[in-house]
Amino acid sequence: MEHLFRRESGRLVAALTRIFGVHNLALAEDVVQDAFCRAIEVWKVRGVPDNPGGWLMAVARHRALDVIRRERTARTFAPEISRMLDSEWTLSPAVHAAFELPAIRDEQLRMMFSCCDPALPEQTQVALILNILCGFGAAEIAAAFLTGRAAMEKRLSRGKKSLAASATLFDLSDTDFVTRLSGVRGALYLLFNEGYHGASAQAAVRAELCHESLRLVLLLLEAPGADVPETRALAALMHLHAARLPARLDREGDLNPLLEQDRTRWDASLAAAGLALLDRAAEGAIVTPYHVEAAIAAEHASAASVEQTDWSAIVGLYDRLMTIAPSPVVALNRAIAIGQRDGADAGLAALIGIQGADRLKRYPFYAAARAEFERVRGDLAGARRDFAAAAALARNPAERRFLEKRARDL
Amino acid sequence: MSQFLYLYRSEPAVRSQAMSPELAQQNMQRWMTWMQDLEKKGHLKDRGQPLENGGKVVRGKQKTVTDGPYAEAKDLVGGFTLVEAQNIDQAVELSRGCPILDGGGSVEVRPVMRMDY
Repeated sequence: MEHLFRRESGRLVAALTRIFGVHNLALAEDVVQDAFCRAIEVWKVRGVPDNPGGWLMAVARHRALDVIRRERTARTFAPEISRMLDSEWTLSPAVHAAFELPAIRDEQLRMMFSCCDPALPEQTQVALILNILCGFGAAEIAAAFLTGRAAMEKRLSRGKKSLAASATLFDLSDTDFVTRLSGVRGALYLLFNEGYHGASAQAAVRAELCHESLRLVLLLLEAPGADVPETRALAALMHLHAARLPARLDREGDLNPLLEQDRTRWDASLAAAGLALLDRAAEGAIVTPYHVEAAIAAEHASAASVEQTDWSAIVGLYDRLMTIAPSPVVALNRAIAIGQRDGADAGLAALIGIQGADRLKRYPFYAAARAEFERVRGDLAGARRDFAAAAALARNPAERRFLEKRARDL
Repeated sequence: MSQFLYLYRSEPAVRSQAMSPELAQQNMQRWMTWMQDLEKKGHLKDRGQPLENGGKVVRGKQKTVTDGPYAEAKDLVGGFTLVEAQNIDQAVELSRGCPILDGGGSVEVRPVMRMDY
């Protein structure tokens, strides 16, 4: 029963969009909403049926037929099947066909590609995916992104207006497929990171974002032409990070740093799936940032403890990442790995030597990394000072709690 | 034990209000928990049925038929349940757990006339 509506929402909207056309996205959403309302009214009194997903689908199918019969003279529906919808002979089979599993899968994929229209800001792409494909409400998405509900509603409605303005959903055989695929990966990566590193204090929301990203990346791998090394590397990276989720937050929902996590709580099956995906990502010659990030996560996943971690290999991978996708945050992580390999003095030197370190001035984990090295060196005063500086930069209460706790534990 | 009919009344607008899947599921869960609790304690005689919002009203000797009840009605009957309780006080007490109250609706508790005197 858990999250049934959320899961079914994306599937039903996809099936209905196939029938109504993307310009009637709002109508599709209304029908889904109506199906949910009916389900609640009936189930709350009579109990949940054996196959709730099938029940919802039957209601949505029924309503779709009603809507088409009532409005087919006034509205145009999906251009691809409009002729089928015109005749009573073909109407019902056409509607049934849209609710078949392969049709729903294809339609979800097309929707995913349509949401990742490069004309839309990345945040809007991710918000649309969460709303349409994952059944998250505006309030929930706003909570995850730490924005106001009204602002998120505006963002969603602008995005949907743009979707509805397109004649049809993205065609997976379009010549633009490879370019758009890269955008889809980018959006899923962003979605996953929002869950993994994001600002929302609600651990449950964030874990759900991670799991939705996993589900969507696996769906993406089913698209013809999308199962390429770069997508596999992204999927590997998500699996390997998600494997650490159970140990990443403590009982109070506070962050638990990688170096101190109880590795027996890591999800072994997710880690194994991630390693297998990374193997399959190695085909071909291209090495993308996803590959390198996944390889780093794989090093952690295969190490039984911090001490048994191959820090040399990890520093090497960060070096690689610095050449193909340099950023101050990557440099920061590289310095931390150097500190693990060569000791706190070397780590601190690497931190100070980061080019463009001033861009990290407002990033709380730069000061926090300094503090950690100072702590190891026995410079407790320095560590206290830098943890306090980091806490002052914290972007949300969860980060602040974490950094203040580190200072207290000195 | 006597029987009582719960009539669930609410505003149709509230009833079919757009809810996020999350909220919808929570709402339903609360109803099901409440019903299960009634059942477990032996108070549930008949779960009853939910009703559609609209319908027809047949009235008077002329048997005139009109559309209704109207969606504008503030307290439309949306469903019913038959319960068993010691007395009306207990039936009222049990109805206090009904989630419709959280959404601004009401439960009308009506004793069923006894057959056996």
